[in-house]
Amino acid sequence: MKKIKKIKIKLNGKIKLIPENSKILTLLNDLNIPIKKVAIELNQEILDKKKLNKIKIKNKDRIEIVHFIGGG
Amino acid sequence: MLIAKKSFNSRLIVGTGKYKSMSECAKAIKLSGADIVTVAVRRVNITDKKKPLLMDYIDPKKITYLPNTAGCFNSKEALRTLRLARDIGGWKLVKLEVLGDKQNLFPEMIETLKSTEILAKEGFKVMVYCNDDPLMAKRLENSGASAIMPLAAPIGSGLGILNKVNIKIIRSQIKLPLIIDAGLGQASDATIAMELGCDGVLVNTAIAKAKKPFEMALAFKNAVLAGRQSYLSGRIEKTLMGKPSSPTKGII
Repeated sequence: MKKIKKIKIKLNGKIKLIPENSKILTLLNDLNIPIKKVAIELNQEILDKKKLNKIKIKNKDRIEIVHFIGGG
Repeated sequence: MLIAKKSFNSRLIVGTGKYKSMSECAKAIKLSGADIVTVAVRRVNITDKKKPLLMDYIDPKKITYLPNTAGCFNSKEALRTLRLARDIGGWKLVKLEVLGDKQNLFPEMIETLKSTEILAKEGFKVMVYCNDDPLMAKRLENSGASAIMPLAAPIGSGLGILNKVNIKIIRSQIKLPLIIDAGLGQASDATIAMELGCDGVLVNTAIAKAKKPFEMALAFKNAVLAGRQSYLSGRIEKTLMGKPSSPTKGII
């Protein structure tokens, strides 16, 4: 079996290894992220939630997933 | 209270930070009667998926979420935060708070003004945390802000309204909703704000960190109502000397 190549990304400030050619949507689903309750940034650009299954993650991509928490 | 053409029942806005738990926060909000709550935008905890979510405790369909840029120290950070907030659920009503000093937490007004102009152009309805400076309040009003929110005192300080005169001047010179934000310590501070003619108050620490947050939430609710009623009733003139309350005629 061919070994899947991994790429290195930065997810919410932490380095993470993910399989090459992963889509954003796959990553979010793997992490159990409630997509309707978050916003997602790829290299400081906000992503259109309708296009998450089309965007491939590249090596060294910086992804931020944010939501609302208690605050003043 | 009317903000950006939307009507709200309560003149009290409360923060959702600093509570012991989400359930305590939700109960305090309910008791306060507030229909707007401020919220922060932060990274999702990827590792701890069991952490409770704010939206599971406070329903954004029933209570208006007011995303806040607390923790931002320049325009770039604040704009990024609010654009993300808008993307979470279409929120356009936001609170802009650009801080300038990590110790006194005073607003950085140059960056605040710059951000207000950009956000207003992008269609945001911006409620702006600002200094109690009448000139700056006017500048913000002319820059497309939706509400002016001067501080009473430094955030979380509990010092109450330090400069009542400035707040009165601001009130007399701006038409936008005027909401006292930050620095209140007890319910009577909210009454004073309302008696000065403010449209509302925003409170977080004074409720969340009170020994009895539920009771304090209720106290603030009543204080805001009392202050508003008092303001609308028209107070008596202040005089130096006393005036008897009972008739002086017919004294035996």
